Amino acid sequence: MKLALVRFIPTESSFDFIRLRWAAFAVSAALMLGSLAAFFVVGLNFGIDFRGGTLIEVQTQEPADLGTIRSTMEEIGISAVNVQSFGSDTEVLITVGTMSPEAVMAMPGVEETGIDEEQAQQVVRSQIQAALSDQFEGIEYRRLEVVGPQVSGELVVAGTTAVIAALFLMLLYIWFRFEWQYSVGAVLALIHDVIATIGFFAVTQLEFNLSTIAAILTIVGYSMNDTVVVYDRIREKFRKFKTLPTEEVLNKAINKTLSRTVLTSGTTLVALIAMALIGGAALQGFALALIWGVVIGTYSSVFVAAPLLTLTGVKRTSDEDEEA
Amino acid sequence: MLYFAPWKIALIVGAIVVGVLFSVPNFVPESVRLEQTSSEGEAPEPKGIWTILPHQTVNLGLDLRGGSHIVFEVDMEEVREERLTNLAEDVRNTLRTSPPIFSARPAVVGEEVVVRLSDAEDMDAAMARLRDLNEPVTTTGGGQGMAQTLDISRGEDGQTIRLSVTDAAFEAIQQRTVSQSINVIRRRIDSTGTTEPTIARQGDDRVLVQVPGESNPQRIIDLVGTAARLTFHMVESDVDIGPAGEARTPPGVMVLPYPGAAEFGASPYIAVQRRALITGDQLVDSSQQFQDGQVVVAFRFNTSGATAFGEATSQNVGRRFAVVLDGEVISAPRINSPILGGSGIIEGGFTVQSASDLANMLNAGALPASLTPVELRTVGPGLGQDSIEAGQTAVLIGFALVILFMLAAYGSFGVVSTVALLVNVVLILGALSGLQATLTLPGIGGIILTIGMAVDANVLIFERIREEYRNGRTVVNAVEIGYDRAFAAILDANVTTFIAASVLYMMGAGPVRGFAVTLGIGILTSVFTAFTFSRLLIAVWLRRSRPKTLAM
Repeated sequence: MKLALVRFIPTESSFDFIRLRWAAFAVSAALMLGSLAAFFVVGLNFGIDFRGGTLIEVQTQEPADLGTIRSTMEEIGISAVNVQSFGSDTEVLITVGTMSPEAVMAMPGVEETGIDEEQAQQVVRSQIQAALSDQFEGIEYRRLEVVGPQVSGELVVAGTTAVIAALFLMLLYIWFRFEWQYSVGAVLALIHDVIATIGFFAVTQLEFNLSTIAAILTIVGYSMNDTVVVYDRIREKFRKFKTLPTEEVLNKAINKTLSRTVLTSGTTLVALIAMALIGGAALQGFALALIWGVVIGTYSSVFVAAPLLTLTGVKRTSDEDEEA
Repeated sequence: MLYFAPWKIALIVGAIVVGVLFSVPNFVPESVRLEQTSSEGEAPEPKGIWTILPHQTVNLGLDLRGGSHIVFEVDMEEVREERLTNLAEDVRNTLRTSPPIFSARPAVVGEEVVVRLSDAEDMDAAMARLRDLNEPVTTTGGGQGMAQTLDISRGEDGQTIRLSVTDAAFEAIQQRTVSQSINVIRRRIDSTGTTEPTIARQGDDRVLVQVPGESNPQRIIDLVGTAARLTFHMVESDVDIGPAGEARTPPGVMVLPYPGAAEFGASPYIAVQRRALITGDQLVDSSQQFQDGQVVVAFRFNTSGATAFGEATSQNVGRRFAVVLDGEVISAPRINSPILGGSGIIEGGFTVQSASDLANMLNAGALPASLTPVELRTVGPGLGQDSIEAGQTAVLIGFALVILFMLAAYGSFGVVSTVALLVNVVLILGALSGLQATLTLPGIGGIILTIGMAVDANVLIFERIREEYRNGRTVVNAVEIGYDRAFAAILDANVTTFIAASVLYMMGAGPVRGFAVTLGIGILTSVFTAFTFSRLLIAVWLRRSRPKTLAM
């Protein structure tokens, strides 16, 4: 028995990607501008990791009424609160930003005096827990998180540093393995991906937290992976076809790797979609970010990173010396 | 290509066998692997064949098994103030030794101790004496460096002396305070019978406490965050105290809050002597007990405590003494007769839990400084279990889909990559178990991502083989060239992702670090399985069937 194998991409594809480069640059520029606009106008929905505060996820016996919970929070003196259902109607997520010690000490039923900002957040948590336990019999606290103002500030710095450090190290590695023209192209493509991902978070208002930083770094790694594969082939083709115009060589290389690019992105996306659909509410945001990242990373390797080489001007004369 | 040196085959197969051995415990129920009889708080011993085989399973993070993760900050300001107060006291005592040098009372001003001599003539003598207070800083290793503990300088008016604690000395104090705190916390948490708590220093002045299975973080905060400085003081009954605790206290007397007094209609403040009769470290063997239907904390004194308490109670029959815990009076009983037995009880409206916690804290010793929780993450047992189940399903389904994809695209080569992928997941599991790295929820995400990405190396190789074959090479030749040419791209691609994983690991906060670990391990194992191992499989297959055409 012989099964016909599926061809996801025609065997001898010859799309003219480079001819599309100006269109692609325009699309990317629009994407960048849109992302930056969304970031500055709408802003990110920072989780408590980065803005500090209290997060409580509960499961109630009976379906919980969000309005009732909101008014309970008002009663105990917490006004800036976000109450949403999480996964099902018996699961509720309550988040409160950092509260000042004065505001906390003014809450009804709070006996503590002379507390500092860090202690205040713990009081907020225990007050909410006390009120909820009174209201709902058999309530289960599935998740409690309190991030003090000091720690959240440090996490912002650590997260930003991590992304920048990763970009820089990759720039160095590509520089070391290829020439600087590739390095610049690859890192520009990465910055493109990072900005587009931040834009994605601003538009969807998905929570931006520590896992998101992990997702961004993974996207960076994945996109770089894709770019390197294309670049590797470009370099090989440059050595092989010394006289062909750069545009044509780039097209050949992209087309040769296209089948692989689509297959790998395909398998990765398939696995990630499984994670988004079945992995539970906690993994969902993470999976969505990665799905977006894989799509944008694949796009940027083909339509941004490779065409950028026509602009950075790859040296083609020294190739013979390098061929060992 | 077709030939693999026997030692190479042995190495590849050996590595896989080791990986499989390390992953096996995860599929065997605990009752088969481990002894049932183990004392509380200790990890159970392996039994039977598991004593020689690896027996450890994947270490689940708190977000999957449930538990509390709390970061405490040691209040170094308080320690600094205490050090300066003591220094002021030392200065006073040093100047007073005979022949005395007269001065105003040394005072703590900001971060300095300032003392003004009565007579400027004494300056040199005073400086000489105070220099004796200075000593080399003792580092945590026990060594002594060049640094001194104090900066001593003359004031501009020629009559005052300023003393401050050097940065080096303060750093050593900080080191010591954090280490002592960790020891006390460990003893306190161990005394509750919790299994496998993690207590570790974090940064300069923080302590991380992780307690698996504890879904009530307040209990840990109370247990760890209470200084538990217990002292006994004589009560001064003839001080008039206002309703808000204001009073004109004679020297050596202070007013403390007494919240429990409201119960019997007394003032919620009480005046006591500053000097403590007994301190908590003179107590031994504290425990929670019932007495006349009341929950109390019973204790015994050590020898010096028994003597001191015996003397004090003999001299003060009919008066009251106060039991003070962290600046609050918890009870103030009257001394009816001298207490010479060397043991006693503390009453104070305890619950069984609070009494046994206090007893544990007294046994573990007082904290050298206050601790404030600055970060708290607790996951209840239900959520952890749900996350594991959802994660497992997602892994299985992602896995199945990827396999279908590969079989559809590459046929028999797809079978090779499926086998390689299976081995890859087993190796990841084995590596996590063997290294006892922690698997977190984002870590499961990392595994799913790895499954998707692991086939990348195979795809690169197979696409290359196809291409070379179409260019007119023989099957064997195409396979060989395909593997060789694809290697550079595979290496570069994986190194870049590995860089991302390393950065994540170093930045490392809890769950994210777990993700970095699985991603990093996944990259290593997938290069091994998708490149080296799949090459061996294909070599074996080609040698057996010697195909003339390539079906892919």
